[in-house]
Amino acid sequence: MNAAKQQRQRLGSGAVQTAFLIVLIALWYLATTRWRVSPLLLPNPVAVLADFWDILSTGEFIGDLRVTLTELAAAFAIAACGGLVVGYLVGRSRYRIAVFEPLFAGIYSIPIILFLPLYVLFFGLGPASKIALGASISFFPIALNTIAGFGYVDRLLVVAARSMGASEYQLFRYVLLPAALPVILSGMRIGFTVALLSIIGSETIASLAGLGHRIVHLAEAMEMTRMFAYIVFVVAIAATLNALVSALEARVRSAR
Amino acid sequence: MSLPANRLRTSLRRPWVARIGVIIALFGVWEVAARWWVDPMFFSPPSQVFASLGALFDTRGVPAALRLTFWELGVAFVLSVGIGLLIGLPLGLAPFARRSFMPIVLLLYGTPQVTILPLFVLYFGIGPASKIAFGVSHGFFPLIIAVVAGVQNIKPIFLISARSMGATRMQVLRHIVFPHMIPSFFSGMRLAMSGVLLGVLLAELYVSTAGIGYFTTLFTQSFDPTRLFGLIAVLAAMAIVLNEVVRRAEIHFSRWHMD
Repeated sequence: MNAAKQQRQRLGSGAVQTAFLIVLIALWYLATTRWRVSPLLLPNPVAVLADFWDILSTGEFIGDLRVTLTELAAAFAIAACGGLVVGYLVGRSRYRIAVFEPLFAGIYSIPIILFLPLYVLFFGLGPASKIALGASISFFPIALNTIAGFGYVDRLLVVAARSMGASEYQLFRYVLLPAALPVILSGMRIGFTVALLSIIGSETIASLAGLGHRIVHLAEAMEMTRMFAYIVFVVAIAATLNALVSALEARVRSAR
Repeated sequence: MSLPANRLRTSLRRPWVARIGVIIALFGVWEVAARWWVDPMFFSPPSQVFASLGALFDTRGVPAALRLTFWELGVAFVLSVGIGLLIGLPLGLAPFARRSFMPIVLLLYGTPQVTILPLFVLYFGIGPASKIAFGVSHGFFPLIIAVVAGVQNIKPIFLISARSMGATRMQVLRHIVFPHMIPSFFSGMRLAMSGVLLGVLLAELYVSTAGIGYFTTLFTQSFDPTRLFGLIAVLAAMAIVLNEVVRRAEIHFSRWHMD
């Protein structure tokens, strides 16, 4: 009986969610056709969908997507290498944790996007400034979680492994790494998300190419329909990437 | 002879002393790099940046721009908290509404809002309104989530016993829901503050006619790194202070709840 009730409740909330989406899209449609909201403010959803298919079928998104993904990959690779190495070195000693962890946490609480003008000044408008900014922003969650992962391994496990004569490598491979991995993985997932956000953000503010730049370019040209279609595209890409990373995290976690 | 060295070593053993040492060393590297290695068109040593802070505040429009940005942050934060409570409380108190709408809230929170930044400018203009709106769009989601979590964590026994003793809806809110919500409400406020900072500063940097975004663009384009560094340092200090205020409040109120 309880299961049936739960089932009914789940169906009910699913129905509400679907209805909410349908009402939203219907209001959007009515606003553009019936109530004559200017297409400069809100383009027709049907036209947006048509443009979306057009973007997908002509493949005009490939150039910008490649720029954004290259920047993302480079930024994340730099942040992951730096964050893991620094996090490991700091997390292995109580003293270094006490010295560096508050420092990193303090810097991480500043919105680093503030420094974008400096990055543009040093690295120019091209991909280099986006890579540098994305790498510096996503370095902190990765480093902080790696510190937390290695720093708070149960002392008893380490002492036990040592007393049984484990080598430095064996200690790392069979004790420290398995204990720290879940925390490190979620740090890397957070780092990936913030890297993606800051790269699209910095492309929006100052850039020559990339998906964020394309959206701003269309906004300035007042091509609202196409811009909405690109927004849908970027949101879909971001959702796909985040889902992929979460799935990867879950897989590594369970394979451990 | 080795007394000062010894004293140095023992004081370095204290983490905070070493931390300050690290910070000083970083500033030292920055100073040396700016003086001898990097083109002064792009980089400025910290001594010069701090010395020219006075000149920065004398630049026409800069104090007004800082005031404007501060005001935008304040309004956006207050609105975020208000809207977050207004949506979060009903969602938290009604299980069916929570199950229906929380997935939508989480989905929206997970989408990168920077993609729709140009839309905010289109709808709200290039003045302060678009910055405030964009800041609110970053700030109220974490608050909703925190409020819902806070209300959900109230033990049902309190609600049931209050109702069975004949408490009205207002009395339940006033004496049970609000006091129990306080710790998670304050941690939501901290997240809302960092969201608002991110949103307002992003929108400022994107387009601005009188705020700090205007001056960062101006200083960048006129290759004036000294004043650019100064302005960013002032803003970073502002962000640190605001974050610290809400963090202290969070610590204070979570302890208050424990007693």
